[in-house]
Amino acid sequence: MGDAGRFCTFSLAGLLFGIEVRAVQEVLRSQAMTRVPLAPAVVSGLINLRGQIVTAIDLRRRLGLEPRPDGAAPMNVVVRTEDGAVSLLVDEIGDVIETSGEALGTLPDTLTGEARTLTRGVYKLPDRLLLALDVERALALPAAR
Amino acid sequence: MSDMDEVVREFLVESREGLDQLDADLVALERDPTDRELLARIFRCIHTIKGTSGFLALARLEAVTHVGENLLARLRDGALALTPARAGALLRLVDAVREMLDALEATGSDGDREYDDLVAELTRLQDPDADAVPRPLGELLVERGAARPEQVAAALARQAGGDRRPLGEILVEQDGVAAGALQEALRAQQEGRAPASDTTIRVDVGLLDKLMTLVGELVLARNQILQYSAGRADPAFVATSQRLDLLTTELQEGVMKTRMQPIGNVWSKFPRVVRDLAVACGKRVRIEMEGQETELDRTILEAIKDPLTHIVRNSVDHGIEPPDVRVARGKPAEGRLHLRAYHEGGQVNIEISDDGRGIDAERVRAKAVERGLVSPEQAARMGERELHELIFLPGFSTAEQVTNVSGRGVGMDVVKTNIERIGGTIDVQSVPGQGTTLRIKIPLTLAIIPALVVTAAGDRYAIPQVNLLELVRLDGADDRRIEHVYGAPVYRLRGELLPLVYLTEALRVEPGARTRETANIVVLQAGDRSFGLVVDEINDTEEIVVKPLGKQLKGIAAYAGATIMGDGRVALILDVLGLAQDAGVLAESRDRRRAEEAERAVASETAAGRRSLLLFAVGQDARGRPRRRFAIPLSEIARLEEIPAERVERACGQEVVQYRGGILPLVRLTELLGEEAGAARAAPALQVVVFTGRDGAVGLVVDRILDIVEERVEVEQPVRQDLVSATGVVQGQVTDFLDVREAVRRAGALASARLEPAAVEG
Repeated sequence: MGDAGRFCTFSLAGLLFGIEVRAVQEVLRSQAMTRVPLAPAVVSGLINLRGQIVTAIDLRRRLGLEPRPDGAAPMNVVVRTEDGAVSLLVDEIGDVIETSGEALGTLPDTLTGEARTLTRGVYKLPDRLLLALDVERALALPAAR
Repeated sequence: MSDMDEVVREFLVESREGLDQLDADLVALERDPTDRELLARIFRCIHTIKGTSGFLALARLEAVTHVGENLLARLRDGALALTPARAGALLRLVDAVREMLDALEATGSDGDREYDDLVAELTRLQDPDADAVPRPLGELLVERGAARPEQVAAALARQAGGDRRPLGEILVEQDGVAAGALQEALRAQQEGRAPASDTTIRVDVGLLDKLMTLVGELVLARNQILQYSAGRADPAFVATSQRLDLLTTELQEGVMKTRMQPIGNVWSKFPRVVRDLAVACGKRVRIEMEGQETELDRTILEAIKDPLTHIVRNSVDHGIEPPDVRVARGKPAEGRLHLRAYHEGGQVNIEISDDGRGIDAERVRAKAVERGLVSPEQAARMGERELHELIFLPGFSTAEQVTNVSGRGVGMDVVKTNIERIGGTIDVQSVPGQGTTLRIKIPLTLAIIPALVVTAAGDRYAIPQVNLLELVRLDGADDRRIEHVYGAPVYRLRGELLPLVYLTEALRVEPGARTRETANIVVLQAGDRSFGLVVDEINDTEEIVVKPLGKQLKGIAAYAGATIMGDGRVALILDVLGLAQDAGVLAESRDRRRAEEAERAVASETAAGRRSLLLFAVGQDARGRPRRRFAIPLSEIARLEEIPAERVERACGQEVVQYRGGILPLVRLTELLGEEAGAARAAPALQVVVFTGRDGAVGLVVDRILDIVEERVEVEQPVRQDLVSATGVVQGQVTDFLDVREAVRRAGALASARLEPAAVEG
């Protein structure tokens, strides 16, 4: 529906990431969170999304980026999955960016680790780079205990 | 999906429902062959399947059901009597139809199997070689005024003249009997048995689940509003919230009811199961049911189906005796299996009782010891009830032979686990010679449950009320009553030692600041064991809506789900069984021995200097007195066993015994000590002290176990004798303390030296 090339963007530790608009259910401000002891470290906790219980994943941790500074309230990007909604915690929400016409470029070889496996590629926007997040992989955590 | 697929699917669903009922009906019919109502229903079911299969061009299915229908029509009209042979053939017909339906579902056709034998059999059985029971359906219609006698006579004449249609059909089509009147008559016949088709509709289960979810949301919103209104002075608002409260509760009950199904849906399969099994075992069993209409949430019904089937099979296979045995014991030749279901206190009770041989407590005792599930000493101490509970231990089965019916490795432990998984309980009562009763208690629903809310390290957790036994609060002064056994906290609750689990430790979170002044113990039931969960605060009980966790958190055993509290925050629901397993409480439960040890250890801690010791003798002097007395601290020993000499086998000269699914090498202590074996070598049973070392278990054979004592050791002095760590006075006699570590090491070395070449040679 013309959504194909449109990305919902957000920033994480100074990097600009994007998720295809059609995968995003909604964007929320910081929510009251219940922590889940024993859960994988990337799980920040559970939030109540209008009666639905949604797992929140700290995307900084998931990507192996440095932790969010204390006191900085994360934003929630709620994505739809087969298993229900999941929230990704990000630093700040950016604009919706149209990338149609742009080609998805490969990642620079210097990028390594989880950040590399969880990123599909990079769009070279006129003023900056947009990293296309592989949502499916980002949500597939190594099995909990 | 095409319309045709839709039709086929509908056909499959309806036919299967009909067949399930048919199984039960046919068996009931065998009991009372004159029950016209049953016959009519059976006939109609097969007739419907035949009709639809014709329409769907399923030729095989149509052919088989057609001959079945003919036989049924003659039975129904009283032209034939229902003999066991006919009942058997009809049951096989039901099986054949099921097979074809399965094939239809899997491949889209009614399969390629030919049922010539069955067709021939069904045809042959139409011969009126048995006494007819003349009470035609026509008579019934006449009684109801739906048809005149002469109409029925004419219709019967037609049938006799080769018209193969059922009587009702002829009457309606030829003689102008109102179809509605016929239907009404049939419906009236079924009153109270079959569901009234006009007042029910089919609803997609998915829709009901969705409704349940929405009601769950409503309950949460209601809880929030109630919490909010509690602090308000506005009477109109308070009144409205109370009204909302009432309505929500009613709606919740109503929607829950839509998901309820009678337990009879599951039970309806049992008459067939019992019949087939009884025939296979050469037994006669009558099944009685009470409270089939008792309703349960469909998810729960699904969950108890297999456990119930297993119990029923067990009763027939192991419980009820063969007819001759029963008669010899003065019981009726026919055994009785009674199923009963009823609601009580928001739970459903299911009882399965038989009048069979009951549980032989002595055989259970012997078996449990033989299987190594309990030690002989433990078994000796157990009362009848405790022994009965042993049947729920994994690896227990008293069936002397493994029959093809039960004893296939799926035991009562699985039944118990499955029932506990849905928050239920099971217990057994048995009177030898008179029968066994199993009682199951299960919750009505799993979607909305009462729970206790607790706080640990600042977070709230919900604990399902079904697991809750009691609450204990310790004030500062009482805190010393939390004692430690090898670092594991325990609490003495009415003389019993209750293992304690600190919730903060189990969840590996930093404990809150105030844990030491007071302690709140939530006493919980997990499997056959209770334990105390220590939490910071006990808040309240609340109705909570169970919501599943996302897949990222599915693998964590400590949680059963999550819920939303009155203030809108999420709280985790603890899975008591999982938590107990994580904390290692349950592992101990299988082995009461360790708890007993702990008990002794606590006792010895309190009475300083006392130790629990095992005393045994090695060697014998001329006057039959033990040559040497040894002591071992009880804590070093894994188990004590008495092993019949005939169970000892040899592997490359090494004495071994098959023990708890493995091979246990046996080493005679006399041999290690270089003593003469004496008379003990010929003893009928070996006294074995089992140790578990780093390289596996080893059994040390001693001549005689003297005693287990707990006492202060009077004098203890180190000695420099081989395999003796010290010598002391125990019970007024000089006793050597065996150097356990060295003895086990040498015994292990000896055994492996002998056993290792076996691997090369063999």
